[in-house]
Formats: sequence, C-alpha cells, structure tokens
Amino acid sequence: MSTESGGGRVQERRGLSPADVRALLDGHGAAEVPERAARLALLRRDQVERPTIFVGAGTCGLGAGAGKTLTAVRAYLEQHTLAADVVEVGCIGICSAEPLVDVQLPGRTRVAFSQVTADLVDTLLDELLARRAPSGNILGQFRPVTDGAAVWEDVPFLDEHPFFAPQTRWVLANCGNIDPQSIDEYLARDGYQSLARVLREHTPAELCDEVERSGLRGRGGGGFPTGRKWKFALQTPAEQKYLVCNADEGDPGAFMDRAVIEGDPHRLVEGMAIAAYAIGASKAYVYIRAEYPLAIRNLKVALAQAQSYGLLGQNILGSGFSLEIKIKQGAGAFVCGEETALIHSIEGKRGMPRPRPPFPAVSGLFGKPTVINNVETLANLPVVVQRGPEAFAAVGSGSSKGTKVFALSGKVLRTGLIEVAMGMPLRQVIFEIGGGIPGGKAFKAVQMGGPSGGCVPGQHLDIEIDYESLKSVGAMMGSGGMVVMDEDNCMVDVAKFFMDFIQRESCGKCIPCREGTKQMLDILQRITRAHRHESGNEALARFRGVMTMERLAQVIQDTSLCGLGQTAPSPVLSTLRWFREEYEAHVFERRCPAGVCKELLTYRIEETKCKGCTICGKVCPTGAIKGALRSPHYIVQEECIACGACSEACRLDAVIVE
Amino acid sequence: MLAEQTTELDVLLEEYENAERDQLIPILQAVQERFGYLSREAMVAVGRRLDLPVSKVYGVATFYNQFRFQPLGKVHCQVCRGTACHVKGSQGVLDALRTTLKVEPGQTTRDGLFSIEVVACIGACGLAPVVAVNGEFHASMTPDKTRKVLKQYGKAESK
Repeated sequence: MSTESGGGRVQERRGLSPADVRALLDGHGAAEVPERAARLALLRRDQVERPTIFVGAGTCGLGAGAGKTLTAVRAYLEQHTLAADVVEVGCIGICSAEPLVDVQLPGRTRVAFSQVTADLVDTLLDELLARRAPSGNILGQFRPVTDGAAVWEDVPFLDEHPFFAPQTRWVLANCGNIDPQSIDEYLARDGYQSLARVLREHTPAELCDEVERSGLRGRGGGGFPTGRKWKFALQTPAEQKYLVCNADEGDPGAFMDRAVIEGDPHRLVEGMAIAAYAIGASKAYVYIRAEYPLAIRNLKVALAQAQSYGLLGQNILGSGFSLEIKIKQGAGAFVCGEETALIHSIEGKRGMPRPRPPFPAVSGLFGKPTVINNVETLANLPVVVQRGPEAFAAVGSGSSKGTKVFALSGKVLRTGLIEVAMGMPLRQVIFEIGGGIPGGKAFKAVQMGGPSGGCVPGQHLDIEIDYESLKSVGAMMGSGGMVVMDEDNCMVDVAKFFMDFIQRESCGKCIPCREGTKQMLDILQRITRAHRHESGNEALARFRGVMTMERLAQVIQDTSLCGLGQTAPSPVLSTLRWFREEYEAHVFERRCPAGVCKELLTYRIEETKCKGCTICGKVCPTGAIKGALRSPHYIVQEECIACGACSEACRLDAVIVE
Repeated sequence: MLAEQTTELDVLLEEYENAERDQLIPILQAVQERFGYLSREAMVAVGRRLDLPVSKVYGVATFYNQFRFQPLGKVHCQVCRGTACHVKGSQGVLDALRTTLKVEPGQTTRDGLFSIEVVACIGACGLAPVVAVNGEFHASMTPDKTRKVLKQYGKAESK
C-alpha cells in the first residue's frame, strides 16, 4: 500500500480479502454482494471517505517538479493535521501540463489541476479543503459513475478537453487514474478477469484463434499479426518455451512503454500471462531499459503482488498453468529491439542480430521456441479478451485494428502520450489533440517511426493513420513516436541527426550497415559544411556523394542483415523525397533556409543598430570582430567560424544571421 | 583501485556463485552500480568468476552504451539527445556543456568534478530539451540555462 495519511494518523485502507479476489475471478458475478461491491467502489474511488490528493509522479511528472509538489502537499497536511490520502499515480498523458495534481473530496468528483508547482499547493488546498469551488488552472473533472459523487458546477469535464475528447483510451485506461502499486485497485477495475476467463474457457489454440480474429498486430514497429506469431510457437513441440516482453524502448522519441509500466504495470503482467498461456510458455522475461528505474521499481512491486495473490507462480487459479516472470535490464543498445539481438543480449552476449530463419518462434532463447511481443501489444490483450475479438476489430481501419498509443512531442502546444483509434487523420492528432504549432509558426513535417521511419509533409496531413497508409508516404508506424517540426527545423539536419544515431547504434556485424551508414553520414556532413572549411578535393567529393546517395541508400536497404540496417536510410530518403528543395539549397546555394546548419550561416553586424559596446568582440573566440569603442563593429568573414557567440551576446540584436 | 575496494568487489561477486553466462550483463551492471564504473581489475575478476576470457567480457561491456570505464564526476550531467530534444535544440545545450567544461561526452573533468554523458532518450519528451544532473531533471534547457546550472552545482560542490 503506498497510500498514506497526512497528520501522522495512519489508517488502514480496506483492501480485498482472498475471498474477495476468488469471487472476483471465478466468473459467477459474486462481486455483486453488497458489502463487497462497496469495497470495490471505494477502491475504484467512485466515492472517497477522506479527501484524496493524487499527484502524477511518473518520470515526466517528476521531471517537471512533481517531487517538490508531493513534498509540499505532505507538508501542508502535516501542518494542518488533516486526515487525507496522498496517492502517487502514473502519467495521464498530458506532459505539457505537468506537474498534475487531482483532488477528490468526499461526495464530490475528482478534479484535475495542471501545472501545480510546489508554491501553488497551499493556495489550491486551502480553497478546496474549505469546500470552495475549485479555481485556478483547472484541467477538468472526472466523469462520475451512476449514483456516485456529485458534480462540481461550472467545471468542464476532463473527457471534453480537446486533448482527451478525440482519444480512445483502452491501453491507457488506468494510467494516471490508479495507484500503480496497488493490485487491489487494478482488480477493482476488472483487472485479471481476462486472464481468469482465458484460463477457464479457452484452450491455447482457441486463444490464438481469437487474437488472430481480433486483427491485433505487433505494436512495436513491423505490425506482424500477433495471433499468427503465437501459432508458430504453439505448433513447435518443446519441453520449455519462453515469452519475452520487449520493453527496450530504443526509439529516441517514444515513451509509451515507460508510461504503461510506470502507470499500470499489472496490465502488462496480465497481458504477459495471457500470451504465455497461449503459446505454452512457463517462463517469461521482461527486457527493460535500465534507464527506466521507476518503471522497473513499479514492475517489481506488481510482480511480487501478483505472485502473492496466486496470479503468477505455480498452478495459477487452479488451471494447471504455471508462469514465472523475470526482469532483465537492457544495457542501452538500440539494436536490441531487434528480436534475435534481444535474445543474444538476454543470453549475456553482444546484442547482435543473426540471420532468420530459424525464427525465434521455432528456435529462440537458449534454442527454445520464443515469442517476443512489445509492451503495448501485450497490454492490448486484456482489452481483446474483455471486449471480444469482434468488438476489438470493429475499431480501426482496413487491416489495422484497435487503438495505437503515440508519443506526441516536438513543436506542438500540448505534448504527451495519446491513444487514438486507428484510422484517425493525422491532422486531427496534431492540430486538435496537440493544439497545433506554438508561436504561430508554420507546420513543416511530422517524423513518425523513429530512426526507421520517415517524415510526413504538410500535403499528406489528411492521411488516416494505419500501418499501410504511413508506409505509402515513406514513414512507418514504428513504436509510435510522433515528433512535430515547424519552419525553424532543417530537414537535412534532421536526416543527419538520425543517420548519426543509426551509425552509432549499428552493431557492426554486416558491412552494408556498418560502412554504408558511415558513408551516408559523411555525405550529409559534407553537404552541411561550409566552403571555407573544405580542402583539396572535398568540394568534388561533396558532389560525388550527392550523386551516389540514393544508390547507396538502395544498397543498404537491400543487403543489410536486420531491420535496423534495412530501414536505416529511410529518414534520409523520406526527407529527400518531400523536401528536395531544402537539399538543393544546401548543395547548390550553400545556404540553410531554416537557419539551423551553423556552418552555412553568415554573420554580419547591422551598422545602424551597433553602438560599439565591444561585448561581441570580447566573446568572439577567433577575434574576427573588429571595431573601436562606441563605433560600429564589423565581422571579418575569413576569420568567422559561425559559432553564434556574438549574436547570443549582443543586447541590441545588431548581429544579423543569414 | 584500493585494496579495500577489491575486497568489496569479491563480496559483490560472492552473490553470483555458480552464475552462468546469461548473468554476465547483470553482474557488470551490479559492479558499475556499486563502483560507478568498470575498472580493469573488476573486468578480470568478473571474467574469472564466470570462467570467461576477459576479452569476451570486454567485448560485451564495450558493446553497450550503459557501461563506462572512467569514474563518474561528482556532478554527472546526462544530456538527452532524443529526437524531440534535438528538434528543440539539444545540440546547443550539449555544445554549451562541452565548451564550458572542456571535456567530451563520456569523459570526466580533471578535477573529478564534472562528467558528461549523452543518453539516447530519457523518455521525458514533453519537457524537451532535458538535462539530468545527478538524476535531477532540468527541463526546457537553453545554452544559457545550462551554464547557470553548471555554475550552481560547481558552487555547491566547492563549498
């Protein structure tokens, strides 16, 4: 129990007894017993007995200062000796509004407040605990259940907020709402019922069929039908099989795995148990990034709780099915998201891919049949079972069913984690949920799918998001990173950034990827290098590089060993396809239209603005700025290295960048 | 490494009696967690414990970004270089750190005070660009803010 009381008076919250748990999971609707229903309602917080304060304490919340907010809340309760519960919850998804604090008073609905920094806590709690209507930066109030709490007047509902209204939150249903370290709260929200039903009613083969019928596809990138992958493993006879959850979120710009494990770890545990049952695995691993300490902590707690409730371990719920889940911490290698590399990493070797076949479903971890699923894929399973395959397949478009979680970041007003039904137009995601581009700037592109993906330009914003449509414009679903860029971003620079990342993360096993990406990066670096830094035949090499770049990309795609190499040129090819004119400006005119590539910029001082204060001359590292005190200065172009120190230092904006 | 630490290392490795090859990465992580980096002696000891050639242990340790072979500075700055941070200008933040401290990522200043590390993505993309100093997050960084943060920490450490 991580719920605690203020004022030093600890009061044991009523949890669930083993009899309650049995009744919840045996499928006879025994949860309808009045006193049990009351206990569940309390755990669901339909009503609260004491004021309850929720603080969003995920990694993103803590980064925004939720830790200090928590301390302030506790100090306030201590000072006023108030009996109240403080609950640390995960992230509800709207990162740009953090730190988030929700307050629920007895008999009232829960209200969410945004940007509650530590200094605002006192005012907020004073007002609320005095039972005055909430004011300040209100995000919205939660929708009450039937005959539940009373609604606050004049407070908008959270599900009508433009950020939340268009979303379909299945996987993220509990994130930010429940205490991630309380299995009782998860159970009270129908948790583990899908697992219980599967064990009771389905054979593994039936379950594989159901999941295949639901149309669930891998959420980690490629989008392989999950049910079909399971069948391969189910049909391979072996005395030991493994299930591996891939939580090694390598895409620099996606964080849904972290948020799910931090905010609702039991959903992952339940999903893993369902998947392990489907393929007949008695051992499972979670391969999680070591950079996610909070997620690891919450997952460890969840595993221990599930074990003590008999939902993991030997003979689960009397079904004869046993499962042991172990945590393996990844050590930071992007390539370990590739399944064969991940297997090698768990085995304690360098994480290098190997040729397939044999596929892991036939011969994987320690040579045994292994299924590897992404966190989000597994977190979808309780939903698939609960709603049934037909209802699940009814949401979505074409061959992409269900919902997809995206990490919306970059140049949008509201950044965060969102979950939408497949098939939603991209424009709606960026301009309605994300609130558009801040500062009135123009939208340029949205990067999707991380280093394996590509950019979607403005003219294709109306595509419906699914696996196929994104491929058709040269991007991909990937794990769901969505980075928005505006007019101030240079696409050549973005391509260079991804190439640099891929080149560093290439494992080096196959030549096309190891050498090819290095050459690609060199070509891009030459394009963005100023003429004054070129020597010998470099100008020639630059043009030769530009001419052969597309051919090189093609060869890397065709001949690399694994997905990392095969998709490595994608960011370059997609920017080249949609933003050719930017490349041309760099190559032919030697200028960067967005003003990002430092070397291609020229600095000069506007004589009419310069008062001759000499600050710029003092900060110039090469002494390229000449001029006397109180008379306009000028920059000697041959000596300028375009570091930008002068324009940062100038208080009169006299330094012009072109 | 001091003799006293070597015994600590032995105690740490005691826990991994009869460990198999698949325990190699967890052991290296535990050693780094305890000492802040992987020393030459530690690598040899780990190799002996698992009955692996030290070359193999080095091969694995150098493959993964997490492992470092120099002690951390007292003030450890992790610069996030994820896509969202890059788009919002983390290159400038990293440059500010490099020019101010005069060390490259993965290195430690000579006085042992500061070290820089580039991380792929901290997972706080909503707060980009992010720098984590000794685990404490600093959001929406600019080169100027970075220099100020360094000054603060430098002052606090030299007291």
